[in-house]
Amino acid sequence: MEIRLKVRRQEAQSEYSSYSDYTVDMPEGATMLDALLQVRDYDDGSLALRYSCRSSICGSCAMRVNGRARLACKTKAVDMANGDEPIVVEPLGNMPVVKDLVTDMDVHWDKVRQITPWVENSGPEPEREHLVTHEVMLDVSNALSCIQCGACVSDCPVLEVDTSFIGPAAFAKAYRFVGDPRDDTTKERLQGLSATQGGIWDCTRCNMCVEVCPKDIRPMDRIMQLREKAVAAGVKENIGVRHGNSFAGSVRRLGRLDEIRLLPESVGMFNVPRLLSELPGAWRLFRAGKLPWQSAIPFMHKPIPGIKHVQRLYDQARNQKKEQAK
Amino acid sequence: MAVYTHDVLVVGAGLAGMRAAIEAARNGADVALVTKLHPMRSHSGAAQGGINAALGEEDSWESHAFDTVKGSDYLADQDAVEILTREAPANIIELERMGTTFSRVEDGRIAQRPFGGAGFPRTCFIADITGQAILHVVYEQVMKLGITVYEEYFCTSLIVEDGEVRGVVAMPLITGDLVIMQGKAVIMATGGLGRVYAPTTNAIACTGDGMAIAYMAGAPLQDMEFMQFHPTTLKDSGVLMTEGARGEGGHLLNSLGERFMEKYAPNKFELASRDVVSRGEQTEIEEGRGIDGCVLLDVRHLGEEKINERLWQIRELAIDLTNTDMVHEPVKVRPGAHYAMGGIKTNIDCASVMPGLFAAGECANVSVHGSNRLGGNSLLETIVFGRRAGESAARYSKEAASKAPVSEASLARDHTRIQQLVEGAGNSGERPAVIRGELGRMMREDVGIFRTKEQLESALAKVVELKERYQTVRLEDTGKVFNLDLLSIFELGGMLDIAHTMVAGALAREESRGAHTRRDFPERDDEKWMKHTIAHREEDGSPRLEYGDVTMTRWEPEVRTY
Ligand SMILES: Cc1cc2nc3c(=O)[nH]c(=O)nc-3n(C[C@H](O)[C@H](O)[C@H](O)COP(=O)(O)OP(=O)(O)OC[C@H]3O[C@@H](n4cnc5c(N)ncnc54)[C@H](O)[C@@H]3O)c2cc1C
Ligand code: FES
Repeated sequence: MEIRLKVRRQEAQSEYSSYSDYTVDMPEGATMLDALLQVRDYDDGSLALRYSCRSSICGSCAMRVNGRARLACKTKAVDMANGDEPIVVEPLGNMPVVKDLVTDMDVHWDKVRQITPWVENSGPEPEREHLVTHEVMLDVSNALSCIQCGACVSDCPVLEVDTSFIGPAAFAKAYRFVGDPRDDTTKERLQGLSATQGGIWDCTRCNMCVEVCPKDIRPMDRIMQLREKAVAAGVKENIGVRHGNSFAGSVRRLGRLDEIRLLPESVGMFNVPRLLSELPGAWRLFRAGKLPWQSAIPFMHKPIPGIKHVQRLYDQARNQKKEQAK
Repeated sequence: MAVYTHDVLVVGAGLAGMRAAIEAARNGADVALVTKLHPMRSHSGAAQGGINAALGEEDSWESHAFDTVKGSDYLADQDAVEILTREAPANIIELERMGTTFSRVEDGRIAQRPFGGAGFPRTCFIADITGQAILHVVYEQVMKLGITVYEEYFCTSLIVEDGEVRGVVAMPLITGDLVIMQGKAVIMATGGLGRVYAPTTNAIACTGDGMAIAYMAGAPLQDMEFMQFHPTTLKDSGVLMTEGARGEGGHLLNSLGERFMEKYAPNKFELASRDVVSRGEQTEIEEGRGIDGCVLLDVRHLGEEKINERLWQIRELAIDLTNTDMVHEPVKVRPGAHYAMGGIKTNIDCASVMPGLFAAGECANVSVHGSNRLGGNSLLETIVFGRRAGESAARYSKEAASKAPVSEASLARDHTRIQQLVEGAGNSGERPAVIRGELGRMMREDVGIFRTKEQLESALAKVVELKERYQTVRLEDTGKVFNLDLLSIFELGGMLDIAHTMVAGALAREESRGAHTRRDFPERDDEKWMKHTIAHREEDGSPRLEYGDVTMTRWEPEVRTY
């Protein structure tokens, strides 16, 4: 089977990049890694990429194939081939390139170090192992099967605009500690993770990390679990929770979003510097006709028709949740 | 030129290396890890099935030790086996306390599954990601202790002055400039050599570097002829299907649908020790009862739920790599090169013959596996002996007198070698992949499960030929940053040296024991061959074989059946 590749090449620290074209003959079931190693071994020894286990467990070989982050060793070349077009291979995004397909993953590891990545337990040690349920261990093990390949880090749109965002993989790692009953710093962890800058509330729920994850870790779901755990633990004094409350409150009150109140209620009524900092943005929205200023005027502040139904649904859902929690 | 100095240098950051570093740090040493891969990329992470310890009330370390000695076909050193098995439970409990998420039974205690060659279900596990989960936790401890990690530093050689090991030469992949790393003690923990064979279950990075580097520097390698062939590996890729699949109740079937292991191990069936199962499979295949050169691994009767909970990784691998969903159909497997029983010879404190050099994990040979390792004992070895190595090296580094800094000349040899390669970049020599490919095929064909004098003689001639051709191997990448081409040439040189010791050892050993089966000498011969093979490197690169005694404490050799 003939495989045509278009691989992005870049020298260390260089701004400049180019593409090299290769054609290799591969057996039917060959993976992208097989194809790239064929190039490296026989066509072009200067091609740099990371790899080791070739069985999707070491996390070395994540890269972008046809624009999306994937593990090269888990991706069949034929599945990527697209008619006459070559398969486009590029390094992961959201991190600097070291050479060709090799990127500097410190962007991710630094975030891991930021979340206190070890079990903290100051209590007396049990005589033997801790007695914990199988289900809990299984849940945490699922998060631990993250191979830290960086695919989700690469394709996370939040990280693209905010480098302080802890990021999907590091949050999944954080979940591993929060979800572990042997760790006795759960609340402190949740407080730290709820921090305004880069914390769990900055995730936009775009689901990209879930889509690109080769190991089905579902990082976004972990982030949502962390949010739930934070609220349950009473960690509520932060923009994220207030934002959610304001959102839900306005829907219950009006049956729709009250955009004008959303911002002050989220960042805090008296958080003047933050409110001021949002003014230029608000002005632009206003000029574009996208700011529903009418709702700022009390008598124009009407609930939608049939608000009763909305409220009934809302209360039912809320009660159900309470029942579940019991 | 950069010089780094620490008390203890650990080369390799898999489970053995990191466990060693943790212990050295706890013992007050300034320790650093030097590793060609990021620690989390180490091959320990690929271990699927589990880690052994006699935790159960009815189980005992003696029983674990006996199984290990019997599994080793009596070649293991029994004092080392006693340490391994006696210290196992405490080490597992410690891993648990560090945060390892072992699978549990109803009452919350650690669950254990049956494994091959074991008289008791004593394999602790985390689904089928045991290695990955433990690697996470051990790396967490490395971060907690703030241990220095030189990531993506490729170690090229040991620095030896006046017969003492004083550090290592390494190449940071990011700069490509050799550096001197000075240490009072060096621990080799570079893992396995599976890539000498093709295919293999081992990662591409498992090229036996540490063994080759130590051997080159004068430390002998022990029992290199014993290579374990794992019974269940995927045909083309060589990727492993864990023994846990059989431990959970999976069957092996031939083309007639028979559970053929009944013939070879009437009591244990699929859970005989690996050498026995692999020979059984190979015999079926050779006698025409295979399918596409494979046999079938059938786990369908376990049901989807159990497969998803306990064998999720291999289910996915089989789908990805062979389009087979084990829930619905059996997967084709065959024996594949998996684990090196041999390695750098050490004593029970992990000290090699050379002062200042220690070794632990798969690259070492304290001889707990003898001629055949039991599944689940290797992860255990990395933890138990990793820890001992850290402790010994820390102690040694404290007692060692301070010495003048090592001379810059230490890296001259590697420097010259690199220069020669760069200058010869345009030559007409062969690419490393060509030589590596031939080596792998030859090892599989001639130094495989069944061996004969003729095959081994031809293998020996081939190794010598490949070594000759290697002299003019051609480098293509002359850049400095992330030059994997250069790396692969260094690795290949070591692999050829190692293969040489494996072939020479196998040719000399005229008996069948454990994983080493000679068709021309089908019986175990305790009188002549109850001894370790010790290989020293001669000036010209060829091995000189000596033999050493096996330590026996309480188990007399018996006939081995399962
Ligand atoms: C697929 C598979 C599954 C397995 N499953 C099990 C199991 O279930 N149970 C069990 O007990 N055993 C199992 N084993 C065996 C066991 O996993 C290994 O023997 C063990 O993990 C080896 O650990 P290690 O620390 O010695 O080496 P590794 O984990 O391989 O680490 C080697 C380290 O050395 C570094 N290194 C190598 N060369 C250099 C160099 N030149 N310079 C610098 N650094 C270098 C690498 O970067 C790496 O960090 C399995 C093996 C395989 C291949
Ligand atoms: S090579 Fe290890 S994940 Fe692909």
